[in-house]
Amino acid sequence: METVTNHSASGIAMAERPDGLEGAGFFATSLEKVVGLARKNSIWPLPFATSCCGIEFMATMGAHYDLARFGSERLSFSPRQADLLMVMGTIAKKMGPVLRQVYEQMAEPRWVISVGACACSGGIFDTYSVLQGIDRIIPVDVYVPGCPPRPEQIIDGIMKIQHLVETESLRRRDSNEYKEMLNKYGIE
Amino acid sequence: MNLNESPIDQILPEEKQYSTLNLGPTHPATHGIFQNVLKMDGEIIISAEPTIGYIHRAFEKLAERRPYNQITPITDRLNYCSAPINNIGWHMTVEKLLGVEIPKRVQYLRVIIMELARITDHLICNAVIGVDTGALTGFVYMFQQRELVYEIYEEICGARLTTNIGRIGGFERDFSPKAWDKIHKFLTEFPVILKEFENLLERNRIFMDRTIKVGGITAERALNYSFSGPNLRAAGVDYDVRVAKPYSSYEDFDFIIPVGTNGDVYDRFMVRQEEMWQSLSIIKQAIKKLPDGPYHADVPEFYLPPKEEVYNNMEALIYQFKIVMGETDVPKGEVYHCVEGGNGELGFYLISDGGRTPFRLHFRRPCFIYYQAYPEMIKGSMLSDAILTMSSMNVIAGELDA
Amino acid sequence: MSSSERTIEILKEQFEDEILQVEALYDFLTISLKPEKIVTIIQYLYDHPETKFQYLTTLAGIHYPDQNQIAVMYQLHNLLSNERIRLKVFLPEENPRVQTLTTVFAGANWLERETYDFFGVIFEGHPDLRRVLNVEEMIIFPLRKEYPLEDQTREDKKDSMFGR
Repeated sequence: METVTNHSASGIAMAERPDGLEGAGFFATSLEKVVGLARKNSIWPLPFATSCCGIEFMATMGAHYDLARFGSERLSFSPRQADLLMVMGTIAKKMGPVLRQVYEQMAEPRWVISVGACACSGGIFDTYSVLQGIDRIIPVDVYVPGCPPRPEQIIDGIMKIQHLVETESLRRRDSNEYKEMLNKYGIE
Repeated sequence: MNLNESPIDQILPEEKQYSTLNLGPTHPATHGIFQNVLKMDGEIIISAEPTIGYIHRAFEKLAERRPYNQITPITDRLNYCSAPINNIGWHMTVEKLLGVEIPKRVQYLRVIIMELARITDHLICNAVIGVDTGALTGFVYMFQQRELVYEIYEEICGARLTTNIGRIGGFERDFSPKAWDKIHKFLTEFPVILKEFENLLERNRIFMDRTIKVGGITAERALNYSFSGPNLRAAGVDYDVRVAKPYSSYEDFDFIIPVGTNGDVYDRFMVRQEEMWQSLSIIKQAIKKLPDGPYHADVPEFYLPPKEEVYNNMEALIYQFKIVMGETDVPKGEVYHCVEGGNGELGFYLISDGGRTPFRLHFRRPCFIYYQAYPEMIKGSMLSDAILTMSSMNVIAGELDA
Repeated sequence: MSSSERTIEILKEQFEDEILQVEALYDFLTISLKPEKIVTIIQYLYDHPETKFQYLTTLAGIHYPDQNQIAVMYQLHNLLSNERIRLKVFLPEENPRVQTLTTVFAGANWLERETYDFFGVIFEGHPDLRRVLNVEEMIIFPLRKEYPLEDQTREDKKDSMFGR
């Protein structure tokens, strides 16, 4: 897991520098590492908050468990401008097509985090009207269990997303594996 | 729903100058998941067609499958901003069915918890009214105060939001000294911050211009739509279940019911603000007058016996087994009990046929009933006023759809 | 005489033959009536100066599979004298039809739609009777006792492990 180690003279922690060749006035490293570092510290989430987990998300965004320190200061409600789709709360079957549409409108690269037991697997609502897990309709990257999960757990999930973002290959979204996975869900 | 075949089309004339705006299920300003299809003439709203059910979780059907003490987590998720009120209301319904007498100490402790929950519910609503007018600072202050109440809940029952607090018959343990410390800390710190929040918005010229005479409803229409709670009190009718049909020793406490005049957004904001002050006063009175006594009633069908007896006494062992497996006997009957929730009269209509699960459980959800009036309230107003009206009505999606 | 006895007397003045049963369950006056004139009765109780039940608390459906009946329960409240009353009408399961209450109370609109959604009770004269909570394309009425709680198409939850 990424740790912040370099402290500048003013005491502000900076991100860890990737390996590379350094010289007078230049620093050479691989593009993937730089892009990963930049992306991971500036994720713009789309909060898809439906029920009780949404209130815990509001607490996570609040001053006590500040999510903005991880780079998610600006919440984007427009799918086109968002990187991370945070699905928080129960998704009923009536809501499924809406969630699918929002996911399809997001531009690549996009990640999905499923917060709460209801979004992961239907939770305590094993009923005719609740979708038993959002991974039936969209691919999910990180699952955060809990009913509702504590803000620390949500932040842990975000940190795991950050790890995925940092270590993702630049060619992943064009690869055949990824296309096959999307085809399994019926997404073009 | 096909937008071109909306039933509203049959009532309006066939003029195509109206534009249709979909205030869709996912929208940053609708706090919750419900859809409104608005027919607009520029910025003015001509008509609205709400669609709900996007988070329908079938609570009433789910309750027919679960034993009585396993239904409490379901009631948590009705109005999840003030979950303890729902839990305690459900426990009181079952106690009414069984005919159990609850000790005074339990009733006073329940009052303390319910008033704390009411404060948190009104905090969110007022903070969100501020956010929708553009005042984001109040939201951050209020959520910090909610953290203090979450810590109190954690000391008492272990959970922050969906509390599942108490048991049928009382509480599983008495409040620890640490819980009392946290309650006292809340009672000293919170009034200062509440006063600060009030000073930000109450006499703020911009806020008053945006909220006075916006989204109003008259008292007669409100009664016809079966409004209850702060929305009805803002319209001028002083109906509060805590005073009309006192439960859990509310008659021992001295508090006033704030009532508005116009029923507009400003009145609702002020009614909720004043109710928070009244709730603080009730909590202080309850702490001062708290009697000693047992922290639970004797309900052998649902209250787990103490562990020493379970290991030594055959009868207690059998009861422990039956309660955990949900096989206890309940009398047949039909009972209705209501409590004053954060949004109004929250009612539980329970029919028991003597089995281990209810035969029929119907929740009288105040949000569901008063949201019907929303199209009427926003007719003729502008889009931002419609957003403000919706957030001032405190529509919680969990209670709307159940 | 007590207020509930006075209410029963007032009801009997005009609608003696509509009453099927009167009982007081847990101190709550419950009257079972025949379904044909229920809206007239509620309007009468609304207007009568001594009863004035001008607040509709709730409206719900109940399915009794043993008697093949679906009941609709109305709860009214008189805010001035703080009295409540419960009226129940019993409808046949195959064709449950009753008149709509939206002419008296505007708040009955969505409550009746919910009862239609869950039980299939048709409210004659309702301005817009369609499903409110469930998906519009659903063909069954899920809260009837014969339909299961769980989604039957799910394949990952084994019923035997969940105690069903």
